[in-house]
Amino acid sequence: MKSRSRFPMIYLFVITVIMYLPILFVMIYSVNLSKISSVWTGFSLKWYRELFRDRNVGTALWNSLILGGVSSLAAAVIGTLGAIGTVRTGFRGKGAMEYIATLPMMTPEIILGMIFLAFFSLLGLPFGMTTLIIAHTAFCIPYIFMQVKARLAGMDKSCEEAARDLGAGRARVFFDITLPLIMPGIVSGMLLSFAMSFDDVIISIFVTGVSVNTLPILIYTQLKTGVTPKVNALCTLMFLATLLIVVLSALIGRLGNRKSPK
Amino acid sequence: MQRERRGENAAFLAPMYIFTVIFLIGPFVYMLVLSFLTRAETWGVVNSFTLRNYERILEPLYFNTFVESVKLAVLVTALVALFGYPFGYFMAKLPPKRRGLMLMLVMIPFYTSSLMRLYGWIIVLRANGLLDKLLMALHITSEPLKILYTYPAVAVGMVYALLPFMMLSVYSSVEKMDWALVEAARDMGASPAGAFLTVTLPLTMPGLMTGVILTFVPSMGLFFVADILGGNKIVLVGSLIQEQLMKVHDQPFAAALSVIMMLMMTVMIWLYRRVTGSGEMEGML
Repeated sequence: MKSRSRFPMIYLFVITVIMYLPILFVMIYSVNLSKISSVWTGFSLKWYRELFRDRNVGTALWNSLILGGVSSLAAAVIGTLGAIGTVRTGFRGKGAMEYIATLPMMTPEIILGMIFLAFFSLLGLPFGMTTLIIAHTAFCIPYIFMQVKARLAGMDKSCEEAARDLGAGRARVFFDITLPLIMPGIVSGMLLSFAMSFDDVIISIFVTGVSVNTLPILIYTQLKTGVTPKVNALCTLMFLATLLIVVLSALIGRLGNRKSPK
Repeated sequence: MQRERRGENAAFLAPMYIFTVIFLIGPFVYMLVLSFLTRAETWGVVNSFTLRNYERILEPLYFNTFVESVKLAVLVTALVALFGYPFGYFMAKLPPKRRGLMLMLVMIPFYTSSLMRLYGWIIVLRANGLLDKLLMALHITSEPLKILYTYPAVAVGMVYALLPFMMLSVYSSVEKMDWALVEAARDMGASPAGAFLTVTLPLTMPGLMTGVILTFVPSMGLFFVADILGGNKIVLVGSLIQEQLMKVHDQPFAAALSVIMMLMMTVMIWLYRRVTGSGEMEGML
């Protein structure tokens, strides 16, 4: 027998380490006493303390949470209903509609930012939270739509049919059977949407007004004007939040997979 | 009964259709219209038809930016494919338990803002930063390389930002591949390399191509990479669009630039459909 090469494992390991190394450095320097981020002078949480005292950070965090919460919820409702409707109908325009609905996934972010900016100013919408929510909902819908569609495709139709045979009304079937079965897909899609929204820079820069700052926009402006170690602390916290969300989403997704019969 | 069901489906579809038509098709159509309109003297747009915006792209200043941006995109896409393809391939061949963990490790950077991930590179690449210190400590170089704010720094940053897309799409392609076909090729006397080139590579082409599509044109738009790692020395099409929108307030010209980028994207998706014969992109979740 041929001996199994160790090369694949080493390759995966090295690339993964390189992928995480910059993030790790940011984390390390976030607890560095020194103001200069290439010298290590000792452990300190002072940058975190300064971060929490910063009013701008508090406001931006609040904005980011509202934005992520509202747009992932709106996308969840719109995307879930759309996925159910798409799977059930067989009309001709379906393919084209599906293509258009998932277009934000294929469109470079800068173009989405550009068209939203131009379109919102055409409509005369005031730039701020409303425009941010509309834009974020638009790019979150495809993630929910795909998740729920995949779950519906793998769902056992006989449960719904059995409920119908036993006399349950259409609304009852939907709320008692269909919705619980696709719920893991909706929740994990929502979490991922929240993560996308929470981390988005490019689209937000274009559609936010002068008055509304989100955390990523705050980081971007600070990086352009000069780095303070506070940014390290902020990036670390945001990374940990994203990590938590992605892990949670994967766990919920897997939970649903085990339950639903293939 | 039949009618009732149709009405119900329409009710399910209505929110997505209405939202998509107003806030997606609307903006895209307006981009196209806008690119043929004239910029107003001070602020806004005048409704008179012109081809001027597209002609301007051919002016040397802008055309050079386009060419340089495409060159960088080619380099970045090649590097992303070179590093990302083996990663996705090896990842798909891991035993299931480790595969899940690995997938998670790729998903986390995928969902983390590339801005934050790139910020770490500033620490690594800046003059007298970690890389310079390491290289000098190992006596590979004798003085700081000062890579930050150079072309290579921007290229590294882009490869780093876009790599997860390639890894995930190749992974999803390799994962559902039928390995019996590779074994058959091997049994019939193909060398490992021969079997890879004639069986594995063509079968995983959809994944590789999806990765290329998600890398090539988007790399031309990553203005903030050029901004924070290139220090305004490298100008991308994306930087141009951003500048036209936010500083010069020339929406029609920005729209024309976007239309060209969108056209490139459409051509690539069209090619993908021709080659693979399928509409679904690989690993889009």
